[in-house]
Amino acid sequence: MAYPTQYRYTKDHEWIEAKGGTGTIGITDYAQHELGDVVFVELPKPGTKLAAGKTFASVESVKAVSEIYAPVDGEVVEANPVLQNRPETINSEPHGAGWLVKIKLANAADVNGLMGAAAYEAYIEEKQKEASA
Amino acid sequence: MESVNSPANSALRKTPLNALHRRLGAKMVNFGGWDMPVAYPGSGGLVAEHKAVRNGVGVFDVSHMGDIRIHTEKHPGEALRAVQHLTMNDASKLAIGQAQYSAMLYPEGTFVDDVIVHRLGEDDYLLVINAGTREKDVHWVKKNTAGFDCAVDDLSDIYTQLAIQGPHAVDVLRKLTDANLDSIKSYWFTHGIVCGLKNSLIARTGYTGEDGFEIYIPSDVTTSERVWNAVMEAGKEFAILPCGLGARNTLRLEAKMALYEHEISDTINVWEAGLDRYCKMAKGNFLGRAALEKAHAAGLARTLVGLEMIDRGIARDGYSCVDEHGKFLGVITSGSPSPTLGKNIALAYVPPPHSALGSKVYVEVRAQRCKAQVVATPFYKRIRKASAKQ
Repeated sequence: MAYPTQYRYTKDHEWIEAKGGTGTIGITDYAQHELGDVVFVELPKPGTKLAAGKTFASVESVKAVSEIYAPVDGEVVEANPVLQNRPETINSEPHGAGWLVKIKLANAADVNGLMGAAAYEAYIEEKQKEASA
Repeated sequence: MESVNSPANSALRKTPLNALHRRLGAKMVNFGGWDMPVAYPGSGGLVAEHKAVRNGVGVFDVSHMGDIRIHTEKHPGEALRAVQHLTMNDASKLAIGQAQYSAMLYPEGTFVDDVIVHRLGEDDYLLVINAGTREKDVHWVKKNTAGFDCAVDDLSDIYTQLAIQGPHAVDVLRKLTDANLDSIKSYWFTHGIVCGLKNSLIARTGYTGEDGFEIYIPSDVTTSERVWNAVMEAGKEFAILPCGLGARNTLRLEAKMALYEHEISDTINVWEAGLDRYCKMAKGNFLGRAALEKAHAAGLARTLVGLEMIDRGIARDGYSCVDEHGKFLGVITSGSPSPTLGKNIALAYVPPPHSALGSKVYVEVRAQRCKAQVVATPFYKRIRKASAKQ
């Protein structure tokens, strides 16, 4: 699956798309693949403050719980309502309909510190090499 | 089954099928010091693998399990006496060709390991043990059989062990062997030709709560891969899937089969674990018996129960179980969504007053307290074909 070039990425495999002061956050295709079948998602309520690098949600597969880290500071404006009943959307459309939350960015420039698509792809390629070594 | 105490990748032990698992794109994890496949995302992943075993057939590489042979030729009865001393079930009841679930206990009545005891011959027994406890078990068996005139051989590395599990397991294996599989009852075994390999051990055992077989073949890579591929080919018409430790865990949890360091450990005794029916106090003395007698008289402080989550939330291994006031009751030993039931299930140790069916308890799932209720176990029980026909 291609990694959209307009998104920014973290080393913990979250993506964020920033548009006019609002950021949409999800987990990457690599992350959903690592997790396997997602069966449960716990999301913060609107108004919750997120701090970069701190956990704000959890995504559970049959096998395990994964904590999701905020890529940047911000405040939740919307949690994806689809995921309550269809958590597997994260597996099928991780970069689209499987988004987790929309936030009001504390500083629009924060996302510039994150990886672009090419850098993220190089990063996960390195990870996969390590895993198969 | 998370990777605990991960040593560097190179320090992990590998089964003869390790390279094959990697070629299949398996997701690998450290399981008790072994580099093992947890799931094969390329052919469906955990849930598909789980369902294949419940409804069709799946194959697991379980070569990481250990095997200890206790035998004698010169001293009739000594091998049996050693096995009786070491294990809690009554091995004197075993016919040649029969196996039983059992356990080795510490003098405290707690678990060294759970084992399957196979009677291979008149004075010849094979104990199949867990992977993570191999060295400890071999040492324990050698130390505690020193006073018996029998030989103890660690055969762990000479076998590749494959578990073919599911309602179609018998149909798959039938194509590969000359053995009459229909004559092998559950927890019995035979020796026969498998994929041209003479005298292979074929046991109707498993760890999935489903019908199935475990076969033991030579552990060289070429033979191991050849047999694995033959099983996959024979299973094609039944949509066989390679299955990893992830599905193995959800399958055994639904069937309420114990996992070492979870439901049983060196701090949990036989009565607490509810394994009474595999512990034969009347057979005579054995390691752990005296402590179990005392524990029986003292009564239970905690007991293993099955839980079904009522609130949204998944109980996981190690989470706390509390009462309605938040008072600690015990820990979740295993917890997961159940692919067969579509519910979130768990096993937990709780004080007996909280163990009645229907009792409400709460599981602390991160910041939330989620309601659960005690339900009957096993969570899943297969309908046996033989009894359905009667």
